[in-house]
Amino acid sequence: MGSAREYMRSRERVGAQEDHLKDLLVRGLAGDGAAYHAFLKALSAFLRAFLRGRLARVPDEVEDLVQETLLAIHNQRHTYDASQPLTAWMHAIARYKMIDFLRRRAGREAMNDPLSDDDELLAASDEEAREARRDLATLLERLPDRQRLPILHVKIQGLSVAETAKLTGLSESAVKIGVHRGLKALAAFVRK
Amino acid sequence: MKTDALIAMLATNAAPVEAGVLRRRYAIALGAGLAFAVLLMAVVLGVRPDLAEATRLPMFWVKFALPLSLLAIAIVGAVRLARPGVAIGRVPAALPVPVAAIWILSAAALVAADPGQRIAMLLGDSWLMCPLNIAMLSMPVFAGVFWAMRGLAPTRLVLAGAFSGLLAGAAGALVYCLHCPEMAAPFIGTWYLLGMAIPAVAGAALGPRLLRW
Repeated sequence: MGSAREYMRSRERVGAQEDHLKDLLVRGLAGDGAAYHAFLKALSAFLRAFLRGRLARVPDEVEDLVQETLLAIHNQRHTYDASQPLTAWMHAIARYKMIDFLRRRAGREAMNDPLSDDDELLAASDEEAREARRDLATLLERLPDRQRLPILHVKIQGLSVAETAKLTGLSESAVKIGVHRGLKALAAFVRK
Repeated sequence: MKTDALIAMLATNAAPVEAGVLRRRYAIALGAGLAFAVLLMAVVLGVRPDLAEATRLPMFWVKFALPLSLLAIAIVGAVRLARPGVAIGRVPAALPVPVAAIWILSAAALVAADPGQRIAMLLGDSWLMCPLNIAMLSMPVFAGVFWAMRGLAPTRLVLAGAFSGLLAGAAGALVYCLHCPEMAAPFIGTWYLLGMAIPAVAGAALGPRLLRW
């Protein structure tokens, strides 16, 4: 009986969390930056736990994949439909990105040495948060100016689209397109 | 860049998302794709001269119903596959229904026919060109639906490619009905299906490459 009650309570917790996250995302999609920030923060914790559990052999790459998945979710956020359970949407994306990563890795491993036993021992005892190995800031530098500058000013320095347009000489719609395409191009770099 | 910095970057000045992206992309893909396919059919193949009389025959509509029903099923499937976490459900199970219907009609027609006529009913006058023409007419919608899907987020790429290809094949067959004079069920149940299968198989093969995100 006790375990049944506990199970029900954990189900309720999951449900409450789903409602909370969904509320944040829906507000975020409507343009509420603070809610969207909180959603991405919670999402990153979910992704880290999901990927750490499944990629115990390569803990070094978990944070890279968390970042890659966050970027992908941001770029595809318009595919979320509020009538759909958020957990299913998040879970499907995390799973897709993990499988894509494993395939890429298998392709690389076919050419290089596979993991040695020593690496696995180290991996088993490593539970600390790690830094991402791939630096997105470096990848940003590779974007052409018409994408790099809008991202730098609008997304990193927090200037408005109008201010960025004045600063760069681009039109406002070119600034918006630059941000959009730049983040897509960044995601494409990361997938390679 | 640390993950927190990435999150801050993504959330800063995040523009509100427009609603209805999926619907709009598919509307554009189908509208423009079908228009191009009709143009291609009219220019390359020509509209059948007796189209007006043909539309008075029930068999014309039976023939039309096969690609139309497959098109409807493929649209439902593709739209579900375009979004992460939406189950495809029983959509694939609906596919054999129109196929079975045309095969039952074909069997009935063949049984009723004079034995000497059966091969002619199956091959018609254009069995070789029919699948190739349908595949050709499917190309504009094929390009359109892959463009639509690339702006969304499919997670099962082979299946998403196959449904996109089938959608294009069914659209191509629908347009081909306006040219093709064949009216025998065994012909439709063989060569039309083969013509629609070509883009479906091509879509499944290209899906993992074209739809990755």
